[in-house]
Amino acid sequence: MANRYTDNSVSLSASELYCERDDRVLFERLNLTVKNGDLLQLAGPNGAGKTTLLRLLVGLNRDFDGDLLWHGEPLTQVFADYASQRLYLGHLAALKRALTPLENLRWLVSPWMSTESASVITDDDLWQALEDVELGGYEETPCNQLSAGQQRRVGLSRLAIVPAPLWILDEPFTALDVAGVAWLEARIQQHVARNGAVIITSHHALQNIPSLKRLDLGELALGGGLL
Amino acid sequence: MSLVMATIKRDLLLAGRNPGEWLNPLMFFLMVVAMFPLAVDPDPEFLSRIAGGVIWVGALLATLLSLDALYKADVEDGTLEQWLASGESLYMLALAKALVHWLCSGLPLTLMAPVLGLMMALPDDAYIGMLLSLAVGTPILSLLGSVGAALTAGVRSGGLLLSLLILPMYVPVLIFAASAVYHAGLGMAYNGQIGFLGAMLALSVCLTPFASAAALKLNLSR
Repeated sequence: MANRYTDNSVSLSASELYCERDDRVLFERLNLTVKNGDLLQLAGPNGAGKTTLLRLLVGLNRDFDGDLLWHGEPLTQVFADYASQRLYLGHLAALKRALTPLENLRWLVSPWMSTESASVITDDDLWQALEDVELGGYEETPCNQLSAGQQRRVGLSRLAIVPAPLWILDEPFTALDVAGVAWLEARIQQHVARNGAVIITSHHALQNIPSLKRLDLGELALGGGLL
Repeated sequence: MSLVMATIKRDLLLAGRNPGEWLNPLMFFLMVVAMFPLAVDPDPEFLSRIAGGVIWVGALLATLLSLDALYKADVEDGTLEQWLASGESLYMLALAKALVHWLCSGLPLTLMAPVLGLMMALPDDAYIGMLLSLAVGTPILSLLGSVGAALTAGVRSGGLLLSLLILPMYVPVLIFAASAVYHAGLGMAYNGQIGFLGAMLALSVCLTPFASAAALKLNLSR
């Protein structure tokens, strides 16, 4: 269990990234690498381009200059492999409010349902994952009757079941209560300790993770860089 | 592939939870056709001549009514983002969305049409022709319409824009389908029209998902 992710090596690198929005340069000459055991926090003031960079790394946005490489190959060419190895939790939760957490979760993890290399995700796993995020008893309640924080937790419950070594999380601490924040911090620590990799945008100060790297996009505009 | 199946299942489940969304267009269809005999000459001979056309115009407008919502919620709640992030083929997903749309609009419209045929004094010979034309024609409406829905998904009030984009493309379907019903009513051969509709269906199954996929990508590349 401790080495759950050792076979799944992570190697995502970006070189000389350049991106502009509305005639404003968000970042240029941006270099970064993410490998197993890394935790990369993207920081910076609002509007600095954190989410833009994140969406770029996810592969949602292809409007940029520079190279994005997954194991040394361009992201667009190995996208299916990359997609199965990384879990993206966006700003939007992709929840259907008329459906229950269980039904939503079943859809959210469906891309990983058929990969025969990974262990098959059963319904028991889904129930257990919802139990873990303290949604026990709400599995069959429509999401529109849940609070914002609880809806957030439905999305976060994926972290426990999806067998992807690279997590890309966009502001995951939003709307969580104190216990939820503690749970998520522990979850991220555990993932990094198990040789997974995490890229996160958050204003939240992450603690107790020795391998934490911070990329400050606000300073980057002044000509800095990382690694 | 599993994401495609999961999406079909989830969307059908959603349709089951919110029956209003697909029942509304059906009610609209029913009301439009039911009002016609009241407003025009109720003489059965006159009605039987216009029945096919009225039923087809009603079905077409009802489909248009239900198209606006096809991708809107998916764009707003981040479902589309997850699709794109999954690396799954958007072609298959667009096809799946069109299939679900047809199951919730075209199929019930087709099943309801014989009842409306009775109201409109449709000639007995024309029932098979009408059912055939609807069964082959409504999937074309769903497929063509899904392209427009994908293009306007990010627009706040895209309903009007959607109609403007899609209606011209619906015209050929309407002409061939209504003519099939009319000729069936006269006891003439209508396999030419159905054949033409079939060709249009084959083409739109192959080609429209490409257009939908491209339009969906546009929505997200902001």
